[in-house]
Amino acid sequence: MTELFECMIINVNVKTIIILLIMEGVLRMALENKCQCAEESDQEKYTRISEIIDEYKNKEGSLIQILHLAQGIYGHIPLELQKFIAQRLDMPLSQVSGVITFYSFFSTQPRGENTIKVCLGTACYVRGSKKIIDRLIELLKVQVGETTTDGKFTLEVMRCIGACGLAPAITINDEVYKQVNPDKLKSILKEFEEVKK
Amino acid sequence: MVSLTINNKKISVPEETTILEAAKQNNILIPNLCYLKGVHKIGSCRICVVEVEGMRNLQASCMATVREGMTVYTNSERVKKTRKVLFELMLSDHPKDCLKCERNQKCELQKLGEQIQIKEDRFEGQKSQGVMDISSPSITRDTSKCILCRRCVTVCNEIQGIGALNPQQRGFKTQIGPAMALPLNSVNCAFCGQCTVVCPVGALMETDSTQNVWKALFDKSKRVIVQTAPAIRAALGEEFSYEPGTLVTGKMVSALRQLGFDDIFDTNFTADLTIIEEGNEFLQRVTQVLTGGSATLPMITSCSPGWIKFVEHSFPERLKHLSSCKSPHMMLGALAKSYYAEKLGMNPKDIFVVSIMPCTAKKYEIVRPEMFNDGIPNVDAVLTTRELARMIKEAGIDFQTLNEGSFDNPLGLSTGAADIFAVTGGVMEAALRTVYEIITGREIPFAKLHVMPIVGLEQIKTAEILIENPKEEFKFLEGITVKVAVTSGLKGAKFLMDQIVIGESPYHFIEVMGCPGGCISGGGQPRPTNPEIRLKRLQAIYKEDESKALRKSHENPLIEKLYKDYLKKPLGHKSHELLHTHYTKRGKFNELLDE
Repeated sequence: MTELFECMIINVNVKTIIILLIMEGVLRMALENKCQCAEESDQEKYTRISEIIDEYKNKEGSLIQILHLAQGIYGHIPLELQKFIAQRLDMPLSQVSGVITFYSFFSTQPRGENTIKVCLGTACYVRGSKKIIDRLIELLKVQVGETTTDGKFTLEVMRCIGACGLAPAITINDEVYKQVNPDKLKSILKEFEEVKK
Repeated sequence: MVSLTINNKKISVPEETTILEAAKQNNILIPNLCYLKGVHKIGSCRICVVEVEGMRNLQASCMATVREGMTVYTNSERVKKTRKVLFELMLSDHPKDCLKCERNQKCELQKLGEQIQIKEDRFEGQKSQGVMDISSPSITRDTSKCILCRRCVTVCNEIQGIGALNPQQRGFKTQIGPAMALPLNSVNCAFCGQCTVVCPVGALMETDSTQNVWKALFDKSKRVIVQTAPAIRAALGEEFSYEPGTLVTGKMVSALRQLGFDDIFDTNFTADLTIIEEGNEFLQRVTQVLTGGSATLPMITSCSPGWIKFVEHSFPERLKHLSSCKSPHMMLGALAKSYYAEKLGMNPKDIFVVSIMPCTAKKYEIVRPEMFNDGIPNVDAVLTTRELARMIKEAGIDFQTLNEGSFDNPLGLSTGAADIFAVTGGVMEAALRTVYEIITGREIPFAKLHVMPIVGLEQIKTAEILIENPKEEFKFLEGITVKVAVTSGLKGAKFLMDQIVIGESPYHFIEVMGCPGGCISGGGQPRPTNPEIRLKRLQAIYKEDESKALRKSHENPLIEKLYKDYLKKPLGHKSHELLHTHYTKRGKFNELLDE
């Protein structure tokens, strides 16, 4: 009886936690993106970026922070957006683009729904990450840094992610896939596409 | 003072001195490449490394300052070895096409190789992808030759305040250039060319016009007219081993004659003409304002095409402040193909006008659509001082042994007021010499006619001139204090423009020259240009001014004759057609050009 009772409590708790987690997720999504129901227009995105610039523009060295947030809103930072930021900060355009092209985090091209990053750290490299890249280039028909024509995947490389014990490792949307070999890739990608559906 | 030992020599220098400067002051030369005194020190090339006792790593002597009791070795085995490796690494990503490079024998990288006695070139590897940017009529970029010293970045951003050039990408892919690999012609570059003066190698150069000029000189059907800007005569000598500040006016004219030019005119002549037109324009604006009409003040000079392009990009709503006068060489071109062509009985299409300018922006100025009359360009080609020197050498002319030639007329005679167009403050002084005399009938009350508050190399200079006892027709100016400001370099120009924008500019008349110090240190002048050389060229220009019998533009008899025979009156119909222009709103990203 006690066992059953305990089990029920646990069940209730688990359910509550799950419900709470889902609610929190929805809430967070709503907070972060303001609205999930309709796609935000470019103009609305520019307005939000403009507000961010106003908030940060008098703080020295805030360009990276502004670019970071702007990319979060717009997805990438094309030339037109760079001009907008440069104008509002009264800063040379070449300086803004200099920072953007310096950090691989920033992208000037639209990105895919999913970002695949292949670790090229020493351990992963030794265990064959070059072959993984070659296979991905073949499967996705893109070069490193590019996005597939259907907008599903962006292929990138990165240095060590500290998962050397799992080498060779790749990440898809910040989820780590361990001990990947080229033959596994097709099913990983497929599984991923199915999940998306 | 700080005492230290360099190469076993005990020396004493002021605090905060860098090791490099301390050594130099004591006759110890440390090889260096990216360092540029007074302009640029970021220690990027590391060639100037030295060994400091007690420190594990070698120190970049252009950055490290002296400390009490320091022991420095500038030439130890370790230092020499490191320098050579660094140099060889630079070579490993360099085209090494020195023999056909424009900078051959004038290249700082090449000189450094000789200085540190490079005998090996051990590293062969991948070469970075170079970009050849020939989009601009003024400046050609060849990034394959770039050694990433960032001097150009410093002058473009810190000195000129433009920021057309900055490092893009990173690591091996780093390139110095405009945003997103845009061509230079499509961004807000003013084409001042200061980057081409500081570039140690052949990565930033003026766009070559010598080939066009040779072609015209060999074309029997063309009458080729050349004119020289006031600043050339004070700097050309440097290309032929003369001390900076040596005036070579006569030899320059002789060299041009030997090159085969048919007429050798002087841009100084139209500098005098500019003063008459611009002075009258200023008087007209002031009169309008004081007699209840409306006109835009302060009026700002328009001789410097780099400055014009800057203001069109950065202050497109303020173009009314600019004088409508074309720059002097454009005026001369326009007159050569009208007034002079009529005298010769020639079709202006058969006349080819070449301007020798201290300037790279003038190359772009001549292709502006406003600089054409009846579909014919006022000026056909612009050569920088450096390009002229190259042509003289190519023609096998022994410059030092040339006779003293003199300019041709009717477009060659000039007054001292025209000479000082070459230096910051000169256009304003020349204008004041004439305008003050028109208003009061008296000479401007300054010793030797020099308006001292606006003479010198400071970034911003100002002067106030009180008008007393004017002539009858200018009685409304009695007791008025004319306030003027002078700046050179685009950073100072931005400061004065910002004042105008917020409505706090106290001035009536402003002179702006796009390059620091004025045309004497323009983007087309001999390399190097530094504060000492700038000062020597400035002194030479004032010497030329003082040596003239006529010192005021309105006293030039050929200008009087030009008005009598052809133009009729200042700001008249003919003047407007030939000597005046208008400007284009561009915007920072050229976004206003399409409108």
